[in-house]
Amino acid sequence: MIAAIAFYALAAIAILSAFCVIAARNPVHSVLFLILTFFSAAGLFVLLGAEFLAMLLVVVYVGAVAVLFLFVVMMLDVDFAELKSGFLSYLPLGALVALAMFAELGLVSSAAVQAGQGRAAIPLSDVDPGVTNAEAIGRVLYTDYLVVFQLAGMVLFLAMIGAIVLTLRERPGVRRQDVSAQVGRRRSEGVELKDVKPGQGLGVEG
Amino acid sequence: MQIGLEHYLFVAAALFTIGVFGIFVNRKNVIIILMSIELVLLSVNLNLVAFSSFLNDLQGQIFAMIVLTVAAAEAAVGLAILVTYFRNRGDIAVEDINMMKG
Repeated sequence: MIAAIAFYALAAIAILSAFCVIAARNPVHSVLFLILTFFSAAGLFVLLGAEFLAMLLVVVYVGAVAVLFLFVVMMLDVDFAELKSGFLSYLPLGALVALAMFAELGLVSSAAVQAGQGRAAIPLSDVDPGVTNAEAIGRVLYTDYLVVFQLAGMVLFLAMIGAIVLTLRERPGVRRQDVSAQVGRRRSEGVELKDVKPGQGLGVEG
Repeated sequence: MQIGLEHYLFVAAALFTIGVFGIFVNRKNVIIILMSIELVLLSVNLNLVAFSSFLNDLQGQIFAMIVLTVAAAEAAVGLAILVTYFRNRGDIAVEDINMMKG
């Protein structure tokens, strides 16, 4: 009973805040609603018995991606009201496509559930109470899915390099310390000997 | 009151639809489009985890983790492109983005 109440509350909050993400006037509010959506989805994951993935969602999305979005939104000095202007003109077509898509997804979902009705629908956590979800994932992730795991790491590495290369820029007129130039400096570049004749420069003051 | 697989599938379908709808109505704002893509990927994750849980197979959760990785990478690179574009142009209007064709 309490699981059903929790499910309906989390689902309602997730869907409402997802709608607020695309409808909010202020992009900062959109990002905050996105955080709420991901948090509710993490709650749904917990209800499904996938605690590890739920915590991963909170850490990765609420902790990293949402902050990244917030950072970019606040850093860019853009007139967001002007960007909102086409909202109503795209609304009818968008609503049509969205309704059709939702109807199709609903049909396919109910058909898939009905087709699989004979199969046992047991949540994972009820099967083996001795093994936690994180342990069960760890047992297969580092053995059966090792290559996939490494490739995911490569994807993150490439994304990191890509983001750095894209945003790095050489700014002219900024003086930086160049250690190798300082250490590799020769005496001939720094010291110049002048041949001053005796008595020269004496009578300048008077 | 038993919560079955179809309940989760309907929530995921609603999130997916909202994400696609968001791409349609916010055609000018790249940041909201990126957030809509995140919503779509979240709904896919919800589907994967729901099937994984109800079919009693961990593979779906592993796959959801990979999707999460790719979504994070996509957000990072997308926002980096956005920052570079803003630096060059001074705004983030998507209509003029075809000037990047060179």
